[in-house]
Amino acid sequence: MSHHWTTGLLFVQIVAKWRQEKLISTVPIGNTDCFGETMLPLQAEICGTVAAVDATEMETHHKILILDDDADWLDLCRELLVPLPSKPEIRTVSSGARALALLESEPFRLLVCDLKMPRMDGLQVLAIVRRRFPGLRTVVLSGLEDEEFRSRAYALGVDLFWLKADMQQNTQMFLDCLESLLGREVDGGFRGIQSKSLMDIIQMECLSRSSTVLRISRGPLTAKMWIQDGEVIDAETEGTRGETAVRRILAWKSGTFESLPAEPSRERTIIKPINALLLESAQTIDESANATELESMEQDVHRKTVWKLGLLMREGAEFVVSVPLDGQGAPEALGTQSTEQLADWTRQVAEVIKRLGERIEAGPLSHVAAKGADRQLLILPSERKSFLVGWPPGDAADEILEKSKRLVVSWDS
Amino acid sequence: MGFLKKLFGSRAAIQQLPTGSITMDRDGQIVTSTVSSMYPQPLLQAIGRDVLRLFREARSTEMPLTELDIHFASLRITARELRGGTLIFIFPQTTLAPTPT
Repeated sequence: MSHHWTTGLLFVQIVAKWRQEKLISTVPIGNTDCFGETMLPLQAEICGTVAAVDATEMETHHKILILDDDADWLDLCRELLVPLPSKPEIRTVSSGARALALLESEPFRLLVCDLKMPRMDGLQVLAIVRRRFPGLRTVVLSGLEDEEFRSRAYALGVDLFWLKADMQQNTQMFLDCLESLLGREVDGGFRGIQSKSLMDIIQMECLSRSSTVLRISRGPLTAKMWIQDGEVIDAETEGTRGETAVRRILAWKSGTFESLPAEPSRERTIIKPINALLLESAQTIDESANATELESMEQDVHRKTVWKLGLLMREGAEFVVSVPLDGQGAPEALGTQSTEQLADWTRQVAEVIKRLGERIEAGPLSHVAAKGADRQLLILPSERKSFLVGWPPGDAADEILEKSKRLVVSWDS
Repeated sequence: MGFLKKLFGSRAAIQQLPTGSITMDRDGQIVTSTVSSMYPQPLLQAIGRDVLRLFREARSTEMPLTELDIHFASLRITARELRGGTLIFIFPQTTLAPTPT
């Protein structure tokens, strides 16, 4: 009884607070939030997104599924989410099994999930959802103020973790976050400017005649590009500099970037105009994509092998085995003769550990490090393949992990 | 038994992650454990058996291992080989928890 009474009281408080906020939120959004307080950049971005959504009046009505074992809480959430600007269709369920059945039968955009539930808890639901519906946005709305659950939820790839207790204070902010998640498309591109390639970003910087230093990251790889008065004057990445570095950077398909203050005193190593460089790179990418002649393919394979061998030696690894998922191509290896044997072992280890992780709800596998008498091994799984990297004994574990990650990213790029 | 479930239902709860250490013999039986008794024994046994299996498979691939460190997003399992058996340390990984060495 007391549980329902508490939920009922929270319900009244949250709805009252939210209605009050709705009245205040007609104030134009600048650098302050709906309460007139200074916003963090992320909050400002979210509010900006919502304003944009308001302006364009989204045409598609996304569906939101709310999962909670408390019927009163489901009613509260429904009442709160129905008036969202994108006018989503709200569905509610009270058990994990029903939620999964519904997700199988209809497409949903967003799942709002409680954690503490009978039979199947929220983390179990999220683990299954992550595997079966990778495109579904997920939000945890929980009453558990425990850092462990927050970490475990984020480890399962949820987009947002929100405490039920915080709803009372920040209802509008929560709704804005949901609206932002509903509107966000799952496109490739560089974070910050979705669906724009790095070429677009550089062109924009150059056309606006700006001076800046672009710091670009792709996993453990980083690069810098110096732009002065709209011209690319220098670039460096992976031990290369100048035009070679530009070509290598432009081959990256996704990543993150940030603008750093300009460095006018930087020595100029690139003389070619940026349009010529971009054109050359685009041609190279097109040619490599359309290359059909056997000879050029053989040359390409040879060049790649030499380059990968160079990578292996530079990082100091003994061998690398790249193991595609079952039935998706043959394993590839450098530095070892036992390719098939090592590939089979890697596949087995990845499979056994992946199943164990699902069973004990430990989240996705990050990596496996192993030590033997005469070598150290590191297994790095990814969506399409796993990598086994062999190292001499004695190197520090952290160092091996960093070097292996670098090697794998370069290997696949 | 079914009617009891209908009467009392099942309690809302979340499966906790295990913390502590276990020692397993070569037959996959837990010899000692410091993991809370609240944690389901079958899951603990599954961890131990999978670790033993990995050591065994590495041996049969002619790559005998002495130590295995499995990093999940929210749990780390470190295992040392003990003459066919194994000693396993289990640490939940949270953003606030210090990383064990």
